[in-house]
Amino acid sequence: MIPALALAFGVVLGVLMHPTVPDALQPYLPIAVVAALDAVFGAVRAQLDGIFDDRVFVVSFVSNVLVAGLVVFLGDQLGVGGQLSTGVVVVLGIRIFTNAAAIRRHVFRA
Amino acid sequence: MLRPRARRVDVLVGLLLGLLGFALVVQVRSTQKVGVLANARQEDLVQILDELSNRSDRLRQEVTTLTTTKERLTTGTGATEAALAEARRRTQQLGILAGTVPATGPGVQVRITDPKDEVSASVLLDVLEELRNAGAEAVELEGTSDAGGILAVRVVAQTSLEDTSTGIVVDGNHLVAPFRFTALGDPGTLAGAMAIPGGVEDAVQQQGGTTQVTRSDRLRVGALRALSAPRYARPDS
Repeated sequence: MIPALALAFGVVLGVLMHPTVPDALQPYLPIAVVAALDAVFGAVRAQLDGIFDDRVFVVSFVSNVLVAGLVVFLGDQLGVGGQLSTGVVVVLGIRIFTNAAAIRRHVFRA
Repeated sequence: MLRPRARRVDVLVGLLLGLLGFALVVQVRSTQKVGVLANARQEDLVQILDELSNRSDRLRQEVTTLTTTKERLTTGTGATEAALAEARRRTQQLGILAGTVPATGPGVQVRITDPKDEVSASVLLDVLEELRNAGAEAVELEGTSDAGGILAVRVVAQTSLEDTSTGIVVDGNHLVAPFRFTALGDPGTLAGAMAIPGGVEDAVQQQGGTTQVTRSDRLRVGALRALSAPRYARPDS
């Protein structure tokens, strides 16, 4: 319940504050968001599996975001930032789909 | 389900999720607000620029091609119109020569009376030759026809004049005096040609007739001649 409320609070805060993304963060924010979404879906799946652990979630969330950002940063330095960020999004997207499928099986038994 | 005492990890989880929600909204908004280009990477931008310049090059080429086509078509139309106008002009000119179109312009009218019935075809031919020498461009000859009315005959290259016992036959039309030539050309020159001493007027006078020359700024040669296709002669080209 607390996480859901926090999520809603963050959304409301973002809507109300109209912040602009700093230029330095612009390439990384979308990737970071996708990575975080992956962590959240994984957490929901773990919760439904009954193996959810707070610490694991925090670590996976933070490391997901950091690793994704790092990969994209590295790609930018190597001159393949565009392709690499696409790759990261694809991989994370596949993971999100897999987790969503597991969640669906739990929720709908199908 | 709020617990009375949240653990530190719970706070951290909430914080992270709040951050996620915040970042999600921020990202969505920035994408919507500034469009795709502002968030695009440098190499993507370069690629987009390349594509755009390629596209604009292609479009410019197309413009050049179409402009050329358009010019070709317009000049083609112009040439056709010019040719048509030229053809019409020539038709008019040849029509005046052949007597197939009416003509109007300055000229003289030569009225010849013949009270003694002595004026012959050769006298009329003299008058005609004199008018032609003076630059008459269109000529018609009027006379009284058998039916009593005035009949005008267009005089062209093939026109024939024959003597008969009761008058003159012009191109198969029987005419009797008084005759009247209507000739288009420079009125002064034409009238002068009629008045040459020992010329037309004297010849008519010798036959007992009279000549009356009237200059005019605007005369009409309205008699037409049917055009017959040549039987033997063909254009050589």
